[in-house]
Amino acid sequence: MTVLKPGAALKSVVCDGEIMVIRAPAGVDVDIRCGGAPMASSRDATPGATLDPRFAQGILIGKRYVDALERFEFLCTKGGQGGLALDGEALAIKVAKALPSSD
Amino acid sequence: MQLTMLLEMAAEAFPERIAVVADDTALSYAQLLNAARHAAAEFRTSGCRHVALLDTNSPATPVAIFGAAFAGKPYVPLNYRLTAAELNALLERIEPAYLIGDRAYWQALTIAGDSRAVETADFFQRVTTASSAADVDATETEIAIQLFTSGTTGQPKAAILRHDNLLAYILGTVEFGAAAEHDAILVSVPPYHIAGISAVLSSTYACRRMVQLPNFEAAHWLRLCREHRVSNAFLVPTMLSRVVDHLEQNPGAEPLPDLRAIAYGGGKMPLSVIEKAMRWFPRADFTNAYGLTETSSTIVLLTPDDHRAAAASDDVLVRKRLGSVGRPIDGIELQVRDEQGAVLGAFQAGDIYVRGPQVAGEYLGSGSQLDQQGWFATRDRGYLDADGYLFLEGRADDVIVRGGENISPGEIEDILLDHPAVADAAVVAMPSEQWGETVAAAVVLKPGAAVSAPQLQALVKSRLRSSRVPEAIQFKDSLPYNETGKLLRRVIRQAFQ
Repeated sequence: MTVLKPGAALKSVVCDGEIMVIRAPAGVDVDIRCGGAPMASSRDATPGATLDPRFAQGILIGKRYVDALERFEFLCTKGGQGGLALDGEALAIKVAKALPSSD
Repeated sequence: MQLTMLLEMAAEAFPERIAVVADDTALSYAQLLNAARHAAAEFRTSGCRHVALLDTNSPATPVAIFGAAFAGKPYVPLNYRLTAAELNALLERIEPAYLIGDRAYWQALTIAGDSRAVETADFFQRVTTASSAADVDATETEIAIQLFTSGTTGQPKAAILRHDNLLAYILGTVEFGAAAEHDAILVSVPPYHIAGISAVLSSTYACRRMVQLPNFEAAHWLRLCREHRVSNAFLVPTMLSRVVDHLEQNPGAEPLPDLRAIAYGGGKMPLSVIEKAMRWFPRADFTNAYGLTETSSTIVLLTPDDHRAAAASDDVLVRKRLGSVGRPIDGIELQVRDEQGAVLGAFQAGDIYVRGPQVAGEYLGSGSQLDQQGWFATRDRGYLDADGYLFLEGRADDVIVRGGENISPGEIEDILLDHPAVADAAVVAMPSEQWGETVAAAVVLKPGAAVSAPQLQALVKSRLRSSRVPEAIQFKDSLPYNETGKLLRRVIRQAFQ
């Protein structure tokens, strides 16, 4: 279990996937996994862990992932084969909205 | 997280896509990443505390920005138009610095202590041709950029922008990889301007090709738009005005079918210029951006839809929005307050305060300027209309205090500009024995047009309280602007001393 802080980077221990925490309620302990294994700040945190085929839907670079209530939001900074899950619930791609930009 | 993440993601997703091109030099995103890492290794071994750039835009600019971020050193772009004495004073404040620049800009400067100056071309050559792959991890630091403000009085302040502030801005306004394969942005703002920095960061995260124009010139800008099939451009108002003038004087100019989006900001846009520009580029999306160095660039936007709705509307209040800077972007809260700090309602002018994760509001030495609730005083004045569109009225420092009454130059300037003979107008404070300060105006007439000072005074008097009527009016050939389109009011004030 981890308390997530916006800006923190997390790595999958079973694939190349990496994410950054965009939004997370303060002080809430959660279980964040990629490919079925808990994510960590370092890739070799859990030696020997393998990708669980039940959680292999993959993550795509640049996409944002959210829980059903959109209390948590993550940015995929490196794509991988694993899928994201928070407290056992699979995270979904957040629908991109048209962003206004000046540059 | 660090700004390096933006480039690492772009290089991971689109390694072959051109990141930056100027003249015959181009770097792909993979090459830019590699060059930035080599640059970081150089910055680290030099023992410098800051990475400074004293040059016009070139592909070395993004290399320096991201290289500094990898090395964990603040990036400090310097204004090459400053005098040697001014630059020496700034260099002293960032010692030891690794200064990158054209020799012509730094050869007369004092490169003291452990600072060193390197020729841009040599630096670029070294970091782009190094044969080994540089395996440099980003150093986690907090301060990404230190920008000396153009302070009109006293010593320039060093505004601090943290990685967190800039990332909040980019992640809040840009969708990763949003650019299409052949999209390109033409960057013509200088590298020492916050818009020059945000152009690099936004384009990188959008994975958009940057085409650089080091010294703005309207014909050159139009030529690059055509040659590179430019899709996006950002201009300060003076630049857009010159582009429009050039098109008017050269009616045979070829159209620019690829130019889809034109953003402008950095100063007040005259209504006549934006109206003309919208006619010259009928298919382009226009965006007005208002922001400050201290807010990591844009905080308020007038969107393309707002532009079209205003231009097409018969409603006076909607039409007026073409002169507004729009509404706050996501993540930004904005309030207009009176002198006692009370929040004002619609159409009441006061001081503009903003809050949000991209708002840095911090200077080296004096620390954070945010209040306890996180609000930052922009020192700009303005008001919101009933739908939350922001209208700027100039800097708080430009307010004229006439016998205890605060007068914003903006509302008087707008009325002067409404006169068909007036091309440009600036209202400033003039010393007065009776009132302390009183209103004075400098006016530029359109070619061949004529109007007298009493006629203009009568126009202002017909619409505003008599205290707003300029006591003195000077007719000028042009008004003084700096190279990024900022009106130099202190120069105008001097003429009324």
